[in-house]
Amino acid sequence: MKTLAVTARVLAQLRRDPRTLALIIGVPCVLEALLKELFRGGPVFQHAGAPMLGLFPFVTMFVVTSITMLRERVTGTLERLMTMPLSKLELLAGYGLAFGVVAAVQATIVSVVAFGLLDLHVAGPRVVVVLLAVANAALGSALGLFASAFAQTEFQAVQFMPALVLPQFLLSGLFVARDSMATWLRWISDGLPLTYAYDALAHTASDVFDARFAADVAVVCGCIALALALGAATLRRRTA
Amino acid sequence: MSAVRVERLRVSRGGRVVLPELSCEVATGCVTGLLGPSGSGKSTLIRAIVGVQQVAGGTVTVLGAAAGSKELRSRVGYMTQAPSVYRDLTVRENLRFFARILGAPPDAVERAIEDVSLADHADWIVGRLSGGQLSRASLAAALVGSPDLLVLDEPTVGLDPVLRRDLWQLFHDLAETGKTLLVSSHVMDEADRCDTLLLLREGRLLAHGTPAELRTRTGATSLDDAFLALIEAEA
Repeated sequence: MKTLAVTARVLAQLRRDPRTLALIIGVPCVLEALLKELFRGGPVFQHAGAPMLGLFPFVTMFVVTSITMLRERVTGTLERLMTMPLSKLELLAGYGLAFGVVAAVQATIVSVVAFGLLDLHVAGPRVVVVLLAVANAALGSALGLFASAFAQTEFQAVQFMPALVLPQFLLSGLFVARDSMATWLRWISDGLPLTYAYDALAHTASDVFDARFAADVAVVCGCIALALALGAATLRRRTA
Repeated sequence: MSAVRVERLRVSRGGRVVLPELSCEVATGCVTGLLGPSGSGKSTLIRAIVGVQQVAGGTVTVLGAAAGSKELRSRVGYMTQAPSVYRDLTVRENLRFFARILGAPPDAVERAIEDVSLADHADWIVGRLSGGQLSRASLAAALVGSPDLLVLDEPTVGLDPVLRRDLWQLFHDLAETGKTLLVSSHVMDEADRCDTLLLLREGRLLAHGTPAELRTRTGATSLDDAFLALIEAEA
């Protein structure tokens, strides 16, 4: 009940900011179109299109969550909430639910554009791409929440994006296949959650849902839980 | 019976001792003013009472329970010094949210809006309000759960004299119904509006008593002079 109050509040705040909403939905559509034109709709687009689609919500929600939570810390509303009968879990779940809804809308619209207008093809069911996108959004939210504890200003929070998100993108296997990476880079890649998120999305392109796919999904879900637990640990009722 | 009992409270912030060893009490059912210059430790004491301040020692008992304990979370209303409301929501949306978190009845929202005289601005986005209106919106969020203890950190800063008078009237009306209020201010002319005063200076309790008692004790006519006399007497 209180979780839903938090969700409704976060969504109401987002609704007041139509420009941000337009960017959340519009930018991935434009980038997908750009990717298609860049590779003239060829095999590279068909290979990278679905993973891109599924990874956008990760980036978006990382930024949105870290900034929103930072604002909550800086403006004192978090301090006020911490004196109220609201558990940390209810607060985090409320946030997660709100951004999950936004991610689902984002992934659905971008999917319609990519599959409908841009002729992107995946061998596997498209709904799996959307579901993975929502899971990645949750992962981005959870990591963004954790990262927000280490930023004092919005400038710092924004810089966490290239610091924490871009290396994961580069090493995920999207740009260079993991088999052809230097061994030590592959070890780092093994330790990054986005690697598994990418791998799961790559499976949808080939429609092979084997044990490896199940393991990927399990790792992503485990990382969401871990990041949420770490994020919850950074929410303190008492501060210095 | 005291609503708040602070015993040998010790707090350091950023390596600096803010409250070396503070003991004081807040009486139930009246308006207690927490007065002192800025930097005297008022906000730190308030944060310790509502249970959001890490403390190094001592005890703070609020309404019979340890400060910050779970059972107090719906009984203590807190207004932070900087207005803590969501700037991108309207006054009413903010209060509805806090009311849902506190489990307050739906009419509590409209009452809180009336109490702080924001009825004309209830559907304004909080970020577009003036400083005084913003601070009243933040006060309303502390009132909405009708808590037994209201802890207000400088609620009347930047308000015009009429609004200030109305708010102090509201504080006394609430005290009449049995609520306890602890109101901080760095403006001495507000001290006279309180039932009792806690005078804080450099983290120490300089004096405790009614405005009349403090005047008699120091022989001063204004509370400003009384405060000065108390500082000089200590030196």
